[in-house]
Amino acid sequence: MLFEALAIGGLGLASALGLGVAAKVFAVEVDPLVEAVEGALPGANCGGCGYAGCASAALAIASGKAAANICVGGGPEVGEAVAQVMGVEVVYREPDVSQVDCTYSTQIAQLKYKYDGVQDCRAAALLAGGPKVCEIGCLGLGSCVKVCPFGAIAIGPEGLPVVDPALCTGCGNCEKVCPKSIIHLTSVTRRILGFNANYNCLAPCQATCPAQIDIPSYIRAIGEGRYEDAVSVIKEHNPLPLVCGRVCPHPCEDQCRRGKTTEPVNINHLKRFAADYEMNSGKRIQPFCLPKNDRKVAIVGGGPAGLTCAYYLARLGYAPTIYEAQPHLGGMLRYGIPEYRLPKKTLDWEIQGILDLGVDAKTDMAMGEGFTLESLRQEGYEAIFLGVGCWSSRGMRVEGEDLDGVLPGTDMLIDRGNLKDTPVGERVVVIGGGNTAMDCARTCWRLGAKEVTVLYRRTEKEMPANAIEIEEAKHEGIKFHFLAAPTKLVGENGKLTGLEYIKMELGEPDSSGRRRPVPIENSETILECDNVIAAIGQFPDLAFLEEDASAKDLAITKWNTIDANVDAGTTNIPGVFSGGDTVTGAATAVEAIGAGRRAARAIHLYLSDEDPGPLDNWVRGPKELPMVSQTPDAAPAGPRAKMPELSVPDRANSFVEVELGLTKEMAMAETQRCLQCGLYCYRHNDQPYEAWKWERKDNA
Amino acid sequence: MSFGDYMLFIVSAILVNNILLAKFLGNCPFLGVSKRMDTATGMSMAVIFVMVMAGMITWLVQYYILVPLNIEYLQTIAFILVIAALVQLVEIVMAKSLPALYRALGIFLPLITTNCAVLGVAIININEEFDFVDTLVFSLASAVGYSLALILFAGIRERFMLTKMPKAFQGTSIGLVVAGFLALAFSGFSGLVGGH
Repeated sequence: MLFEALAIGGLGLASALGLGVAAKVFAVEVDPLVEAVEGALPGANCGGCGYAGCASAALAIASGKAAANICVGGGPEVGEAVAQVMGVEVVYREPDVSQVDCTYSTQIAQLKYKYDGVQDCRAAALLAGGPKVCEIGCLGLGSCVKVCPFGAIAIGPEGLPVVDPALCTGCGNCEKVCPKSIIHLTSVTRRILGFNANYNCLAPCQATCPAQIDIPSYIRAIGEGRYEDAVSVIKEHNPLPLVCGRVCPHPCEDQCRRGKTTEPVNINHLKRFAADYEMNSGKRIQPFCLPKNDRKVAIVGGGPAGLTCAYYLARLGYAPTIYEAQPHLGGMLRYGIPEYRLPKKTLDWEIQGILDLGVDAKTDMAMGEGFTLESLRQEGYEAIFLGVGCWSSRGMRVEGEDLDGVLPGTDMLIDRGNLKDTPVGERVVVIGGGNTAMDCARTCWRLGAKEVTVLYRRTEKEMPANAIEIEEAKHEGIKFHFLAAPTKLVGENGKLTGLEYIKMELGEPDSSGRRRPVPIENSETILECDNVIAAIGQFPDLAFLEEDASAKDLAITKWNTIDANVDAGTTNIPGVFSGGDTVTGAATAVEAIGAGRRAARAIHLYLSDEDPGPLDNWVRGPKELPMVSQTPDAAPAGPRAKMPELSVPDRANSFVEVELGLTKEMAMAETQRCLQCGLYCYRHNDQPYEAWKWERKDNA
Repeated sequence: MSFGDYMLFIVSAILVNNILLAKFLGNCPFLGVSKRMDTATGMSMAVIFVMVMAGMITWLVQYYILVPLNIEYLQTIAFILVIAALVQLVEIVMAKSLPALYRALGIFLPLITTNCAVLGVAIININEEFDFVDTLVFSLASAVGYSLALILFAGIRERFMLTKMPKAFQGTSIGLVVAGFLALAFSGFSGLVGGH
């Protein structure tokens, strides 16, 4: 007995000795810091922070790879305790909570939506060679409920998960486990840096909008009377809703599914309705901003691209400063769009909202006069955004352009922006078919010209101006002279007396798909006039680059625009970004807004030492969906809301805004016309709007 | 044994006499760490490592300590002692010399210190009167069989997360049911190698 006990005891002793020696020989010097950090962590090994257990997390924190507050299980006290160990200051943490993006449970989706012959949205998505995950319709499995370590998710009465933001710690487990990816973590950074991707459930309007506004959401919010929510949804992607609601050419409406059977939903005027509600209420609805980090970014140009870039950088916590060459901010919104379309007071209110987020503005500061790229860098700006727009007018390249009475289109509008009137004669000819031409013609009429004629070398069908602008111009008595191009400007004693033009006919379509105008020989005609305004195109004024030694390497395209990456706004000089008209040539405000946000994203990544490279899976426009060629059984609705307007006699000699805004009743009726589309689905006719709407419980 | 015999031996240990699904050893981690594929993979690696080490050391203990001292009946207690000390030793050595491997397997090593599958393989080695090379091969093959079953099972359980299931079946219940199915499926291999 003794022998056996000794034998086993000896074996144990040998093992113990072996372990003891090994512990001595192979002793790992555990960093006392790591041990201290590990002691401060709760030891729950929940993995919510992304590391395998608290020990790994402690190692990562101690080695500086992770922040002191990564622990999602322990709440703010743990973060403070760890920060104390690490000797760092406790700073504010950005709230990161889960948000349910989908509004349809499977049952509702099957009841309300018609898929052209296929079983469900996922099948439709697969057939179209599209994404494998359709975000429509929660399966109601409750995987997210089970996986949530903090009990923050429950399945609500509608069969959809409801997140309690007070309990949610942003660990992201639900996002990982959801098979249809309808639940997402949302934080300001994620929302600003996230762009519409081809695996998102995008309504056709949303996929088309260059600013990527979640259009169905804000229309639903207006329809349910939640106007503040609607404004918040719009401002998530567009800092200028008052402006866009008035001047946007709304490409979204061209893709509206309601438009397949009848007229499209009046999306843009609903946006204006929500934005006007905010302005008239007098109470600003400001988006959430991260705490300031005092890193300076210079924005050159206070137009829509620059304002948008500054808005998103301010929301990300940076300190942007706008340098504007003109006396006021707004760029072409102020100096290109006339008062009767966008009142200066409205624009000022909108811009003030952006400045209130912590954006600094220096006006009367033109690039090349007083500051250069180099001097901005020396002043401590870590990144520079060039959004200088298209301010030079293209000349007509005909004889007599230097005659007195010939005006570049932009100059007159710029003067109006500074509240100066350009004297015009009785007979004015405006050359061009774009929105600038319409603005010039309608402005001249308001300034007292008796006879305003628009000369365009193609037909009305090819005019790039918005249809509503052409229609309004006609109402105001503007004459149109189609298929005519100027050949010579004639004058006496240096003063313009007339314009010689040649008649054109349409030939073969050119590369842009429009039929090329061909002159008809010997058809020259003289049109008597006092003024000729050329509004035939604009290009960026980049003269400042020549005087700026540090900027002369900046790559310029053959169209005299800045050669920047369209996705990220990066130029060939690191730290210098560009976007909007400066890159694309004269385009729309909403495109500049999209470019401004993309540039803000790139600047944020650049300042975080990450690659601001091209965006992956970015949806650049509407998708051709073969499954939705029509909308059978779409919920019935009345006619499209028509914008009330000032009567024509009231418009003469006045710059009062022409469009008066939808009334509440009109807006409400218009929201009922929205089919609340997803990627494939749309509202079906067997349920009235009232039956399927429901109050959202998360304050999203 | 010839090469062919070894192949048969290995296939038999992995599929036919799978330590989990034919001998039903090591069911605790089989149900415990099979909810996610990455933990199942980590666990599998740790099991392979420990089982081979334990097989070798217990064989040496058996034939160089217990048999000469004539105390074979203390086999179980001696093996537990030795395996536990071994795992601790491995952990200490690994932490120092192979920190990367330690971080990958670290949290799983203590879990299998006294795992019945490890002890089971050690005792089978002795009962079947394997020589040292056989022991090595059998331990490795059994561990691979264990890993195969664990990873298959984790794959199935991950899918359960996304399936609608009556409440009574959720969690361990369906786990046991599926373990039974897997064992049934593995019993189909029994004709593969004759004799057992």
